[in-house]
Amino acid sequence: MIAPLALDIAHLFAGGLVLVSFMLLYQDRMTGLINTFALHALVVSLSVAWQAYIQHAPHLYITAAIALGIKAMVIPIALHRIIVRLGIHRTIEPVVGIGLTMLAGIGLIALSIMVMLPITAQAGTLAREDLSFALSVILLGLLMMISRRNAVSQVIGFLSIENGLILAATGAKGMPLVVEISVAFSILVALIVIGIFLFRIRERFETVDIHRLHEHRGEQP
Amino acid sequence: MAIALALGVQLVQLTLVLVLAPLLTGLVRKLKAHLVGRQGPPLLQPYRELARLLRKDVVLAESASWLFRAAPYLIFATTWVAAALVPTFAAGLVFGYAADVIAIVALLGAARFVLALAGLDVGTSFGGIGSSREMMIASLAEPAMLMVVFTVALLAGSTQLSSIAAFMQGAGVGLRVSLAMALVALVMVALAENARIPVDNPATHLELTMVHEAMILEYSGRHLAMIELASFVKLLLYVSIIACVFAPWGIAVSGQGLAAYLAGLAAYAGKLALCGFLLAVFETAIAKMRVFRVSDFLGAALMLGVLATLLLFVSRVA
Repeated sequence: MIAPLALDIAHLFAGGLVLVSFMLLYQDRMTGLINTFALHALVVSLSVAWQAYIQHAPHLYITAAIALGIKAMVIPIALHRIIVRLGIHRTIEPVVGIGLTMLAGIGLIALSIMVMLPITAQAGTLAREDLSFALSVILLGLLMMISRRNAVSQVIGFLSIENGLILAATGAKGMPLVVEISVAFSILVALIVIGIFLFRIRERFETVDIHRLHEHRGEQP
Repeated sequence: MAIALALGVQLVQLTLVLVLAPLLTGLVRKLKAHLVGRQGPPLLQPYRELARLLRKDVVLAESASWLFRAAPYLIFATTWVAAALVPTFAAGLVFGYAADVIAIVALLGAARFVLALAGLDVGTSFGGIGSSREMMIASLAEPAMLMVVFTVALLAGSTQLSSIAAFMQGAGVGLRVSLAMALVALVMVALAENARIPVDNPATHLELTMVHEAMILEYSGRHLAMIELASFVKLLLYVSIIACVFAPWGIAVSGQGLAAYLAGLAAYAGKLALCGFLLAVFETAIAKMRVFRVSDFLGAALMLGVLATLLLFVSRVA
């Protein structure tokens, strides 16, 4: 049985992750958005490290270290460079209907809690709250991907979904190390591919605003 | 005997909030002046202002109705009663059994309603602007406040402030992310409700930015004194709620001796001084935001409150 205080701290980190997901929705400046994403990855690595400690699962420390190294340092630095080279590091992205997005986010959290708590009734407390928080983070990442127009913001939404998946896997008694490492590298490869794509989009259409692409597909904006 | 004691505590509390409220405002003003390198008015300046206003005659606008004259007393009375319901230095107030924290929110809402009506009553455009902005702020601040109340009440299993304070002192609370969110949301609401800096500037009479001052522009004499005193009491009330819910240490419980009550008083004075200091530092460090950004600020408070309530359902059962 896990001590209540240890559980409370795990709850604190997981709840903090949901909060940082909300901050991602709220940010409208590019640099602020990337820094918030670095914070997101930092919180997820803290959360995983704490759960490694209370679950006595040493291999989870490696997961935490990968999250800290790749997602809290390498990817944010790379993204900072990309936005400087794209020349969009000073732009303020018009977030459409911030109040509505927030309300939708609250609704998604309520939904994920209502879905997850009944179906995990037999699981341990830690797994239950990890799964419901992870589902919230994933849904908030999806919301971010559909509510933003800028391709870089959508990339960040995609990466925050991956953080949610790590949290879910941690709650389920950890995932095999091979899987974790391959996921981490595939995320890196995805970043490189996305980076190349961003430059190609910019070269082709002179913007990374996704809505401009609809015109080229023949849709009405 | 117990009832007599509770009644005595209640009477002490009623006078205490009235006596201490101008002092708290004076302290915040003094500290703010010191932080920007000025001398600042003396600590007792708010008392002098009130005394001066009470001596002066009332100048009424020709278009003012009875509502305009009754409003200051109504605002003061509701705010004072609300402040008397919060356990400051001792729990077990007589009035506390009749009204819980939701009643406090309702009393403050009634005071705000009367103030907004009074702002509209004379028919000047500034009063109208002030009233409409106040209502815009209130429409977001009040739900946020209620969500904070729900969070704390769900945790403590009661909406009585005395029971909440007793619960928070117990060992069953632990470390909870919901409470941290509720605290941040409550502080944001308190800043907005008391017309403090990121939302409104309490020290300015610059027309375009003011909210609270715009509504009371037409008031003078004893009416203005009542409204000023009510706003002092309101600041004290919010500080007391925050102290009572999130830092209830030192509150005397009925049945303890005189020493416990004195210790409670000392602890309360310490909490007030600390909150006043933090408020002064915060107000000096931050700039006032545009009126149209206020909805974002309070929307964040509301979001934190809702999130705090939602996360409670996932946490371990107490």
